[in-house]
Order: sequence, then structure tokens, then C-alpha cells
Amino acid sequence: MRIVVPVKQVPDLVEELELNSEGSDIDREFVKFVANEWDEQALEEALLIKEAVGAQVSVVAFDEPDVDQTLYTALARGADDAVKLTGAGDGWLSTAERARLLAQWLSGQSYDMVITGVQASDDLDGQLAGTLGGLLGVPHASVVVGVEPGSGSVTVTQELAGGTVVTTEIATPCVVGMQTARQAPRYAPISRIRQAMSAGGLESVEAPGEATGPAEGVELLRLYPPEKAGRAEMISGDAPAVAERIVEILASKGLVKL
Amino acid sequence: MLAVVVTRHILGGMGPAQIAVFYSLAVIAIAVFFYGLARRVAKYRQGRSIDRPWLRGPGSGVKGVTARPSFASAAGAVLTNRTVRRRKPLVGWAHLALFWGFLGLLAATTIVGVDYDIYGHIITGAIEGHEKTFLTGWFYEAFNLVFNAAGVAAIAGLAVLLVRRHQRSEPQLDYTRVDVKDGGYSRAKLVAGDMLFVDLLMAILVTGFLVQGLRILSEGFPSFERWTWMGWFVAKALSVAGISPNVAFYLHGVLWWAHSLMALGFVAYLPYSKAVHMITSAADLVATDPGPTRRLPALADGKPGYTSAADFTWKELLDFDACTKCGRCHEVCPARTSGGPLSPRDLILDLRQWLNTTRHIPTLLETELRSETTGPAAPPDAEPAGDVIRQETLWACTTCMACVEACPVGIEHVPTIVSLRRRLVDQGKMEPTLQAALQNVASQGNSFGKSARMRARWTKALDFTIKDARKEPVELLWFVGDHASFDERMQGLSQSLARLLHDAGVDFGLLYEAERNAGNDVRRVGEEGLFEMLVESNMQAMSNASFTEIFTTDPHSFNTLRNEYSSFGLEVRVRHYSQLLADLLETGRIPVAPLGAKVTYHDPCYLGRYNRITEAPRRVIRALGCELVEMPRNRDNTFCCGAGGGRIWMDDSHLEERPSEMRIKEAGALAVDRFVVACPKDFAMYSDAAKTTGLDTSMQVVDLVQLVEEAHALATRETAGMASGAKSGETETS
Amino acid sequence: MGNDVVVVVEHDGGVISDTTFELLGKGRELADAWGGRLVAALFGEPELAGELGAADVVRFAAGAELGGYCPEAWEALLLNVVESVDARLVLIGTSTVGMDLGSSLAARWHAAPLSYVVALRADGDELLATSQIYAGKLLADLRVTAPRVVVTHIGGLLPSDAGRKAGSPALEEIDPAVLGSLKSAFKERRVPDGGGVDITAAPMLVSVGRGIAGQDNLELAQEVADALGVPLSASRPVIDQGWLPKPHQVGKSGKKVKPKAYLAFGISGAPEHLEGMRNSELIIACNTDPSAPIFDVAHYGTTVDLFDLLPELAERLGD
Repeated sequence: MRIVVPVKQVPDLVEELELNSEGSDIDREFVKFVANEWDEQALEEALLIKEAVGAQVSVVAFDEPDVDQTLYTALARGADDAVKLTGAGDGWLSTAERARLLAQWLSGQSYDMVITGVQASDDLDGQLAGTLGGLLGVPHASVVVGVEPGSGSVTVTQELAGGTVVTTEIATPCVVGMQTARQAPRYAPISRIRQAMSAGGLESVEAPGEATGPAEGVELLRLYPPEKAGRAEMISGDAPAVAERIVEILASKGLVKL
Repeated sequence: MLAVVVTRHILGGMGPAQIAVFYSLAVIAIAVFFYGLARRVAKYRQGRSIDRPWLRGPGSGVKGVTARPSFASAAGAVLTNRTVRRRKPLVGWAHLALFWGFLGLLAATTIVGVDYDIYGHIITGAIEGHEKTFLTGWFYEAFNLVFNAAGVAAIAGLAVLLVRRHQRSEPQLDYTRVDVKDGGYSRAKLVAGDMLFVDLLMAILVTGFLVQGLRILSEGFPSFERWTWMGWFVAKALSVAGISPNVAFYLHGVLWWAHSLMALGFVAYLPYSKAVHMITSAADLVATDPGPTRRLPALADGKPGYTSAADFTWKELLDFDACTKCGRCHEVCPARTSGGPLSPRDLILDLRQWLNTTRHIPTLLETELRSETTGPAAPPDAEPAGDVIRQETLWACTTCMACVEACPVGIEHVPTIVSLRRRLVDQGKMEPTLQAALQNVASQGNSFGKSARMRARWTKALDFTIKDARKEPVELLWFVGDHASFDERMQGLSQSLARLLHDAGVDFGLLYEAERNAGNDVRRVGEEGLFEMLVESNMQAMSNASFTEIFTTDPHSFNTLRNEYSSFGLEVRVRHYSQLLADLLETGRIPVAPLGAKVTYHDPCYLGRYNRITEAPRRVIRALGCELVEMPRNRDNTFCCGAGGGRIWMDDSHLEERPSEMRIKEAGALAVDRFVVACPKDFAMYSDAAKTTGLDTSMQVVDLVQLVEEAHALATRETAGMASGAKSGETETS
Repeated sequence: MGNDVVVVVEHDGGVISDTTFELLGKGRELADAWGGRLVAALFGEPELAGELGAADVVRFAAGAELGGYCPEAWEALLLNVVESVDARLVLIGTSTVGMDLGSSLAARWHAAPLSYVVALRADGDELLATSQIYAGKLLADLRVTAPRVVVTHIGGLLPSDAGRKAGSPALEEIDPAVLGSLKSAFKERRVPDGGGVDITAAPMLVSVGRGIAGQDNLELAQEVADALGVPLSASRPVIDQGWLPKPHQVGKSGKKVKPKAYLAFGISGAPEHLEGMRNSELIIACNTDPSAPIFDVAHYGTTVDLFDLLPELAERLGD
């Protein structure tokens, strides 16, 4: 079984996001890029499947800032190979572009499953799995919290609102968008990442095409931080004072008796 | 020959057959002894080699911290039982009496052997044709005078130790495991081994005197035997008890054999049993080095952690064999005392048993029995980290070093624990909270997961700007550390220290966002790769800055910068802020008014124990006019707050009582107003502990900085008060 | 270009989600503005069509295997709906269904996908949208001129009453042949054991997030909850760690709650969480990060340490 795990870099949301001078995008010079957290869930699930039934886990990414670090980390965690698709363009790739190029690349690959993160935060439409499934014409399932491999099929578990869980058996090949792996993504010891780096097991492959620019029909008018108009009234003071005030507030609403 | 010959007959009254039997047994015993010893030595030679010369002068580094003591000093520790007597005078002096008594009796036996076999049989007998003895006359009398004393000392000393071992009432002598709550093991053999050792030794010593007494009695009390004072006393006592010289003669023969067989048996038994500590403990104490605990060893051949028996160094193998199960580490360990699943003693014993089994080292009554192949009974191909020593056990360690400090025989527990943790980290076996902290450190350079750019945000509240050491030269580089930078409870302390230094005119600066977690705890967690990465980042940042000296807020950062960064090229002096404050106060650069508070001071492990910096904080407290009341455990005997070694990133809900709570109760008994700390982690831990124990109503947890700030503010107010008073006086007169 | 608006009806256990009604209301508004029809797409449980009075047309498919949610089946049905009506816009909640179907439908129907939409209105013949990006750290105002759009809209932001109208929409069954060649099979739907706890019924909730740091610390929050006589709830990280069982989860993949008071401790306020609790009558949030998004929806906030605050609260509420 071969599992392909597309991963991507996203701006680190721990950092404050600054806008560029036109206000049309974040300032990508300034921002720090990290692995998309849901892709890490996807890789973890793939590795769990590999450990359970055996699989070749291939990680694939486009040439994005600090992507080497992410790919080597994936290798350190136990991925079998890592592919970097180069030449797809310097700038940021939309999910639609990404899906189109990945679908082209995948058409030349043999795979049983594509597992990727349920979403990425950096696009208006960050859900790669569905788009990829649609383009590849294979079944897909997203917001998945568990993948059980079978023969010629996998059983995926999805969570609906309210915690209701549905399971579906899907024929392979298929695309899965991972919300949460069955266990937290494993730790990649720095020494292993460094080993992977010095071993240099990163395969650079020309991307099957180039980005063709933003999709038509959606025009960005303005990018801005949400207004803080509805912000909470902040209670000042130390813990006892704050506790006192909270009790007062609750009492004023008749929720507790003083 | 009527002249009284002042001597005794060796093997007196024995036929040639008996003599032949005795010699045969002696040869066998000695052969068995050397075989056992050779097996042990061969095991150590299989251990991984490390640079640890035996014969050496005093080492470089800080004395008692990273400097290896000279051979003479180390040997002195063995001969004086200094480490055994430390903190346990009764046991120590008893052991010293036994130690020298035993050595004396060994010397006595050697002299007899030399006299009878070499001088008598070989030199004079075979060569001159007439056997002689030098054990005669005044020498015989002095011999008995001295070595009777040795025997008495040995018995007296052993009696104390024997009673302790038999009573087993002290917690450190209790062999109940703390990591296996549901049984499935038996340590009866270990107890039996202890009993056999003390009882056999006692039996040999007592029968020795009985044999002597019976001989003197049967010989009719020759007057020169008065010098054999204890033997004489025993003979008198036996005589009073109604034993006739004839009976004595008969009994002497029987007891002589009993004594001799036991003694020969002891020789044979020694290298297979607890008695081997006579050799291994002494050797370990000579070989021990305080350095590696403070300055952890790098990865062995780049291998991340121990995976097999072959990875242990010879020193570690010797460490394990040196353990006498005295339990001092067990007694002081904050993990064990708080109900955690770690006993340093059992960790050592488990590794010893597993390694001895793996290497097929024959032992006697040294094994724990298990119903399953777990722990010390794990198979040879088991993982030392995880199988032999459980994960939870390894993660329970706070690396407070109390065990290493308490160990009388020089066992270095902490480096071994870290080497095993490295393996767990390599396999990703760790708690989620620890993993998150390490990931934060790896991605943001701090354990809080905050943006590196936020590191110096606490400085924004100051009404002056702290110099950026990367942009302008400073005298002192302040390495603030994660907690003092990011934890909101500690940011105020950092601001206070900054103001004090600024007011005192100290030329200091920061690395600002270029500072990274110093890596002390990261290294002790076992994430060596991340530690190296942090060192590279910090060294890079420091190489771009100009300064002559570093000071730190955090004792943990202090330890790694002072002791470990030198291996990576850091060459400047590193101090802790308590040292800086002490100097500034004593030179009057920070004016203070006496506070008159009654305080106690908690030594941080990494300051007091690791680095022997115990007086600077006390100098500060004295300079502030505070009354310092010491807790029973202070200075290098301080008790860990439970946060070190990465424990601050792990869940402590399984503990019965947190170490910090036990510690603050220790202070609570002193009736002091303040509990003074000098470590951000302590500030956090004890602020919490004061609340959970309810002691916060009577005692305030304060950092040294707050105390100084308060005294400084008082002085400033007084000065201002005087100035305004003078002013108003002026107005009146004018 | 068509002018019909299609709303995907989400239902679970025979109950249509609030978000669906919110979107029906919004869809009604847009369809009226454009002069198109409002089409409700109802897969499984056709008897629920009676509640969809706001729609002009209900296109439905019956079948027990659809009753839960089967991605491939729903996708095939939805594609059939959008292609068989004169659709311009498809509205789905930003839920599992929306995240799963929205993007693939857009790919297969060649539509522009927009997700995490928080506002939508017709501007003449154009569509103006506001969408969250970077986990809600930024908002994007968009003008949509694409002839086909698939929008996943965050729930809880619109009035649901607008969608709860009586009416008699035309009922049209989808040809079951659409489901002829599926490669997936619905297997099972499981409702987690509530353990006797219904956080949606509680008058107040004490809710904890990642900031609680460890399972043992839950006790601190539990004491406050006990003092108020209400259950503990939590955000996703706490549930994922296994510190509290699933029925205690508030948020998109947990429960949507509207208590009289929601006390949030150590919750930063990811969009998924805010969706589950933003309609609470009173929200008081405690988080050491003053820029945490939870403060954007809270009425009162504090940055004191929750470990300091919880014991103080427990003490004051305990009597």
C-alpha cells in the first residue's frame, strides 16, 4: 500500500500577521512559515497505518518557505520518502492550483490513499482533500478522525456536529482529509531531523505545471483584522478582585445569590 | 625448653590431614574469590570507555562543581569514610570502625600468613631447614594489642549496622518498590543477602574472639596473653561461665574450624555478593567525578541514548556494583518522597541485576524475583529505557541531584537517567505536555510557544530602554531565560531587577529576541539534538554581541551557561543575579534600609547543590537587615521544588503530595514571614504550593529581587522623607 | 447564469440543524434579490421536508444509507441537484458536511469555493462576501462575480427564525440512479454516550481549554462548576487529550450551547469553538493572552491566571 501525504507550509499564527502595503495580502517577507498542523495529523495517521499493516508513506510538498524542514521532519517521523515539487511558481499557491498540480502529479503515481490535512488556514478555501478528490474523480472523505485500512477499501470515521460519528467504507484509491489522527502527532527528535538532513533523502521533482494565477470570479476587496468593537470589558485587578467582580456580574443577572 | 616463649602455635594440635584440608579449602576459596573478581573486572572492561583516569592530580574547573578531585583526595574519602559519615554520623562512624577494624584484621591475617607460610615454611623452613616465627616476644604482644582493638572496633561498628539492617525501620532500608504497586515481585533474596552479609561477618568476628579466648583458657592464661586483652577477657568470661581448660581445648578445635570455614567461605563469597562493595565502592568513589552530572556527556558516538547493555560505560557498571542499598538516595529523592514512581536506589539495582544477568555474572542473593520478565528480570535484548526501567520512572526524575549528593560511594545517577531518557525521546515516548513544550522550544525557541519576537516585551513597561547587546557593547549580558521573559507572574520580577540595576548604574544589556531557551532542561529531558540547536542559536547571538560577563535569572540557565556552554566555546564568566545583587548591595550601589523581616531561604538545586552558590543569596538577605532562619534542609542539602529536569512540563497529578508542598511545609514550621526564592521556577512552584497548603496566609513567597526592591524603596522613601523634612525646616527658619 | 440558491439540509438523528435554518433564511433573501428559487437539498429522512417551508423546492432522496452521512453519496446527489436546477449559489454550513462537500462540489461543478464565510449579501446582481482567513485572525471582503459559487457559512451568526417558515415547497425526488455506481458504503452512525451529561441544557457552563494544561488541573474548574451546580464543558484540545469525554465538547464538532452564562477558562477562542458558544447570553472569559479571540465574543474578560482565579471563584461561590 502506498499512502501519499501532501503537506504544505502556512504562516505561523503564533506570530502577529502583518499586511502588505496594498492591504491585499499578508506580508510574506515578514511571516514565519510552519507546517500546517492538520497535515501533521494526516502524516501521523498514515504512519499509524504503516505501523499496523505496512505501507509506503510518501510526503509531497511544493517548494515553499522552510518546506525542507517540514519534509525532513516527516522523514524523521518515519515517512519513507519525501518529494518536493519545484518550479510551480514563486508565490503562494491557492488550494485550487495546488489541487490541480497535485492531481496531475498523482496521475503519474501509483497510490492507494491520499491523506492530507482537513484544511489550511491560509486560503479562502483551504480544504484540499475535497478539491483533490473531485479533480481525481476518486471518493473522498474529510474531517476524518480515524482510518482503518481494509483490502481494496478503507473505513473512515467522520465526526458530525454534536459528536455524532459516522463510519463509511470507501474503495481505494481515495482521498482523506484528516481532522485528528488516532493519536497526537509523534515527536520528531531534532537529532533525527538532522540525520535525515545529512542523509539528504529529499527528492526534488519538477512540478507538472505552473501556477496560472488567481482564480477568476472572486475579487479581494479588503483584508483586515476583525474589528474589536464587540470586545469584552476587561476586568482589572488581581485574582481575588476579579473573582469578586465575576460573582457580582453573575449575581446581577440573578444567576447566583450573593 | 622451659623458657616461656611468647607466641602461640599456628594450626596447633592439628594433624597433617586437617592441615591439608585447610590449605586445600584456602586455595579453593582464594581461587573462587579471584574468579569472581576477574568476572567483575572483565565486565567493567566491556563497558564503554570514557576518559576517567584513576591516578591524577586535581582537575581543572570549579572545585566541588566540575573539577575532578585529585586521586589523593578521592582516596582520602575512601580511607576516612568521609562520604559515609556525611549527614549520617552514627552510621558513618560505625562504618568507619568496621572499615578500619576489618582492614586491621585483614592485616593481622596477612601478617600471620606471611609469618607462618612464607617466613616459617619457605624462608626459614625450606631454606634454613629450621622453621622460625617473627610473631614472638614484644611483636606478638603488640600484634595482639592492636588487632584485638581492630576486632573490637569491627564488632562495635558492625553491631550498629547489623541492628539497623535487621530492624529495617528506616524508610531507606525498606525494599518495597515505589514503581510497582500491584506486586508481582519478591525482594526476599535481597533482604536475605543483606542479613547473610552482616550476620556472617559478625559470626566470623565473634568466633574469632571465642577461639582466642578458648585458646588462652586452655593454655592456662599465660601472662603475656594479657596483651591479647579482648581474648583474655573472653577467656576469663568463659572461665567464669564454668568452662574448664579441657573443655576449652576441645571447643577450641571445633570453633577454630567453624571460624576458619566461615572466613574462607567469606573470601569465596565476597565477589558474588553484597560484600563486593568493599572493593567496588572504594573503586567507584575513587573514580567518581562531579563533572558529568553538571556537564552532561555528549551523545556516545552520536547515538541518541542507550539501547542495549553495551551502551553503559565502565563507570556506570562500576556504579551499579558499588551500590550497597544504603538507600540514602531513596530517602532524599523528591520523586520518591512525593509518591512518584522513582527510587534512584531501585533504578541502580534494577540495572545492576539486568546487566549481571545479561552478562552472566554469577551472584548470590542479589536478585529480585519477578513473576513476569519485566524490570530487572527483563530479557537480555530488552530496552534498558522502557523495559528494564519504566518510562514513568525515568520521567519522574527532577534531576535535582540529591541522589548523587547523598550517595556515599560516588554513583552518578543523573547522567545515567538522562542517557536513558535520550532513548525515550528518540522514540517519541513522552507525555503530550512535554512534547508540546519541546515542539515550542524547537519552533519558537521558548517553551511557552510564544513568538520569539515577544521575548523582550516585558521591557516595554520600563521607563528606560535596556541596551541591546547586539547593537552596543555592554559590560553585563543579562540572559533572562524563558520564565522570567514570558511568564506573566515573573515579568514583574524581571522589571524590578532591571530597575534596580538601572538605578545602580550597572551597564547591562539583553540579546532581545535573539535569546533562546538556554537548553538546560531540554538537555536533561534527553533532547540532545534540540539542546545543540539551542546552543548554536545562543552562541550565534552572543557572538554578535559585545559583553564581558553574563548573568542569568534562572539557575538552570546559569548551570548550562556556566558549565556546559564552555564545551561549545563560551569563555566568559557567568554569574547568577543573586551574586550580582550581593556585590551591588555590599558596595552600596543599591542603597537599602533594613527590612527587619524574618525570612527563610530556599536554595535552588541548580544553584546551591549543582553550583555550590549558597552564600551570595544569604549575603543579600543579611544586607537587607533580615533575620534568616534556615530550613533543616539547606544549601547543598536543599530539597527540590519538583520542577527541574523538564518536570515543569509534565503532569504531576499522580503525586501524593507535591515536593513543593512538602518543602513549603518545612518552611511553615519555622514561623517566618517570607519564603525567599532565587529562581523563577521556584517562584511559580512555591506561589502555588503556598496557596494549596494554605500557608499563603502566614507566609509570603518572594523573590530575592522583590526583597531588595522593597528595602531599596524604603531607603529611597527615607531619603526623600529626610530631604522634604529638611526643606520644610528651611522654610520655617527663613 | 442561473439565479437559484441551493441550501444543503444538514440533519442528525431526525433533527435539522439550526445552521440549516439560518442558511435557508439567508438563501431566501438572496434568491428573492436575484429572482431565483430557493432549493433545499434533503438527503435521507424525506419526512423532514415538512419543516422546510422557507424553500420553494425541496429536492430529496430517500434511503436509510443516506440517513447518516456518506460523502460520496451526498456529493453525487448534490451534484445532481445543482446541475438539474438553475443554481448560482450553494450554501452549506461550515461543518463536517460543508467542509467535506463544499470543496469537492466546487471542483466538480467548476464553481468558486468560499469557506468560513461570516457575511453574505447581494449587491445588485453581484454577491458580496466576508470570509475568515488565518483561523479568524483576518477577514477578507470579497466581491464574487463567478457564475457559480459554493459557500460554506459559519453557523450561529444568522437568525434561524428566518428559515423556519411555514410553506409548501414543491417536493421533487432525485432519481435513485444517481447513486448507481458508488464506491462507498455507509456503515454506521453512532451517538456518543452522553454519560448523563447534557451541556446544552445547563443554565450555566464552566468551560476549560488548552490553558488548563493538565488533567489534574480540571479539579480546580470542577470545584467552580460544583459550586454553581453546573457541568464542566471544554474546547477541543481538552477533549482530544482525553481529559474530558466527548459529550462535554463545545464547538463545531461538539455541542452548540446557549447557556445564561458561559465561563471560559484558558480558551483562546478558535473559530470552531466560538461557533459553539457565541450565542450564550453572558460570556466571561479568562485567558492570559489579552489578544485571544475569545475576548472578541466575551462580554467580560480577564487576563489573570486561571490557576489563581479558579480557587478564588470556588471559594466565593462555595458558600
